[in-house]
Amino acid sequence: MLAEIGHFALILALLVAAAQAVLPMLGAARGDAALMAFGRSAAGLQAALITIAFACLMILFGQADFSVALVANHSALSQPLPYRLAATWGNHEGSMLLWVLVLALYGAGIARFGDNLRATLQARILAVQAMISVAFLAFALFTSNPFARLSPAPLDGAELNPLLQDPGLVFHPPLLYLGYVGFSVTFSFAVAALMEGRADPAWARWMRPWVLAAWVPLTCGITLGSFWAYYELGWGGWWFWDPVENASFMPWLLGTALLHSAIVTEKRGALAGWTILLAILAFSLSLIGTFLVRSGILTSVHAFAVDPERGVFILAMIIGATGTALGLFALRAPQMKSGALFGSISRESGLTINNLILMALTAVVFLGTFYPVIMEAVNPANKISVGPPYYNLVFAPLSVPLLLLVTVGPMLAWKRDEAASVGRKLLIPAMLALGLFAGLSLWLGLDKAASAFGLALGAWLILGAGLVLGKRWWGAGGFSWRLVRTTPAATVGLALAHAGIGVTTAGIAAMSGFAAETILVMRPGETAQAGPLAVTMVGAEEVPGPNYRALRARFAVQQGGGERSLVSERRLYTVSGNQTTEAGIGVSIAGNQYVAIGDVQSDGRGQGLVVRIYWHPLVGWIWFGGLLMAMGGAASLSDRRFRIGAPQVRTGLAPALVPAE
Amino acid sequence: MKRLIFILPIIAFAGLAVFLGLGLTKDPKELPSQLIDRPLPEFALPGIADTPETQPELAGFASASFKGEPRLLNIWASWCAACPQEHPVLERIAAEGFPVYGIAWKDKPEDSRRWLARYGNPYAGVAADEQGRTAIDLGVTGVPETFIIDKKGRVRFKQIGPISPEVWEGQIRPLMQQLRAEA
Repeated sequence: MLAEIGHFALILALLVAAAQAVLPMLGAARGDAALMAFGRSAAGLQAALITIAFACLMILFGQADFSVALVANHSALSQPLPYRLAATWGNHEGSMLLWVLVLALYGAGIARFGDNLRATLQARILAVQAMISVAFLAFALFTSNPFARLSPAPLDGAELNPLLQDPGLVFHPPLLYLGYVGFSVTFSFAVAALMEGRADPAWARWMRPWVLAAWVPLTCGITLGSFWAYYELGWGGWWFWDPVENASFMPWLLGTALLHSAIVTEKRGALAGWTILLAILAFSLSLIGTFLVRSGILTSVHAFAVDPERGVFILAMIIGATGTALGLFALRAPQMKSGALFGSISRESGLTINNLILMALTAVVFLGTFYPVIMEAVNPANKISVGPPYYNLVFAPLSVPLLLLVTVGPMLAWKRDEAASVGRKLLIPAMLALGLFAGLSLWLGLDKAASAFGLALGAWLILGAGLVLGKRWWGAGGFSWRLVRTTPAATVGLALAHAGIGVTTAGIAAMSGFAAETILVMRPGETAQAGPLAVTMVGAEEVPGPNYRALRARFAVQQGGGERSLVSERRLYTVSGNQTTEAGIGVSIAGNQYVAIGDVQSDGRGQGLVVRIYWHPLVGWIWFGGLLMAMGGAASLSDRRFRIGAPQVRTGLAPALVPAE
Repeated sequence: MKRLIFILPIIAFAGLAVFLGLGLTKDPKELPSQLIDRPLPEFALPGIADTPETQPELAGFASASFKGEPRLLNIWASWCAACPQEHPVLERIAAEGFPVYGIAWKDKPEDSRRWLARYGNPYAGVAADEQGRTAIDLGVTGVPETFIIDKKGRVRFKQIGPISPEVWEGQIRPLMQQLRAEA
């Protein structure tokens, strides 16, 4: 019964979305307030219907109703309840339902919180949003119906992959979807602006919170994914340049660019065309990411069951959405006002360079990700894959100028600035960072100069973030609590986010320069050395688990006088035959001690366990930095500036001037 | 000129869409073998027999013996889940008079023997690659995999995954017949 209710709610949602895609657009063209108001109600109704459908599916998973094919294929009775519920989105069909749910919730958000939007703009945004909804709802209903029944129903279902039975899975996909799908809102904003032929400061101000609303969860999702891979996959790495990681990273890079270019459009009315282009591309890359995961065009650890039919459908959606938007861009953008001029040294030019570099970085990742697809299309025998060496070689050098600029940017004045005055403001942090660089290079040796540079770069960014707050807190009359109290949340957000990049940069620099590893066969009582660690195997034993058997080894890890004991396990899940590694990780601010065991093997001295020992200096900083960036974004989002009315637009409703689409 | 800049994104996108569409027609899991039309890598592997005198077909073989007639070289293991599924097809291939040789990959000889005793032995020769070194030379990515070797000892075809009756009838048997006809 529940499955049918869910299915029916989904069909109704499709019909509502279809009406929402057409009527408000018509209303905006004719100046019909009733039709425009329909868009708002429809957005709410659509969100309610999809919420019902999603709740139905979740209850079905909770009840373990194996007469529903999806439930039978992706959960088993032996699975704990939280993981059975999380299995709702641990598969293709369910995750598509989550996709449309998030999409509809954002749509309802525009309807609910968009009171201060121009009515025609809001109506058009809701209509574009509904068009995307129609496409995805049709996709879900026609090619991947989550409510399909299975007859006869099996007594028990198939187990969820043990790797996915982890708290990481519960949060990682929903956060990423909030991010990906959030860019649909900015996409709708961009398309609506192109239709209206107007992208003014008010438009940018309305759009900015939505950019943040997508960017913050995306940042959290990527950070969490990286952390999860580190502790669950047992490879001791934190980023693999896997095609699907890249698929989430590209919208993040463009979203970051969009966040900054929208500021220029908001404050100075400039770069409007560029902002629109970024908004279109950020969502297009999210769609392409979805395509990558589900079409099976590339092999990846994230790949869902491969189904070319779905690939064709998603590709058609990408062509429809991105093609139309870029076509509209080619047609309309040249006529839009290009905004105020600015000097070559100014906040605007700083943000422009930031955008260009972020765009170039996106292009680097894009090329690396799609090069195999393109090469294979040219010559089918040409199977290649692009690995970390490419990215390290190209991505790292290109990001250095950007990171150097991050601290300079907020010190620049709008419109026009003098190099000398900027130099004076940055003198102290620059001296400190250079001093740190020189000191570290001498202390660690010149062969570690690149890592020393990375650490100094991190310090430069953190100092720069401090400088932003310092500049705000020390007025003409010295430090004042009043100035601290009145600091806008957006300024705090800026400082937090920029400091976050600094923390992440320092972590990456330390990891790439000073990580140590040893792989060897060990027997109880033996001691091995890895970097600053001395690891002794204390003992190894077989232990039974609830639904697995484990080989457990205990280690004593000594480092600089302190001692810690770590336990590493290798689990064999008896039902599915899957093996997982539970690494023993000793966490501290200075770095992580990481011990993982492998197979039993024999070397010259008899049988022993393969043990991998890693020393990962400052690795936690990488994720902590990501968290800081997300917190910065959230702080910025909470700025009350976004909730008070946007600057008054001189022209009121002028429907007659807007050409019908 | 200025207009052109605004048209550029859609042109670039159109190009990308073409490649994505072409990419959809390919199977990413299909990995070409580097060995096609190259001689079989050299190996001389021990057998799995406990009494090689009485079981010459289980006494192992070397790559040098792959000359004179086309053969199938099948990589399998007793722990492999798909191998029992492929097994009847191998029996049929052997019954049709095509010689099949088997390498037991990363498998203990006693386990291999037990497996053959249980399912029956379709192989004209069985060898053991316990350490998996030869499999590395062959570029084996999993079991089962099957190489088709021609009269001159060159690899002509590689089947990844079990040979289904359709693959045998539609692809491999015609190839074997063609290889037999070759000089």
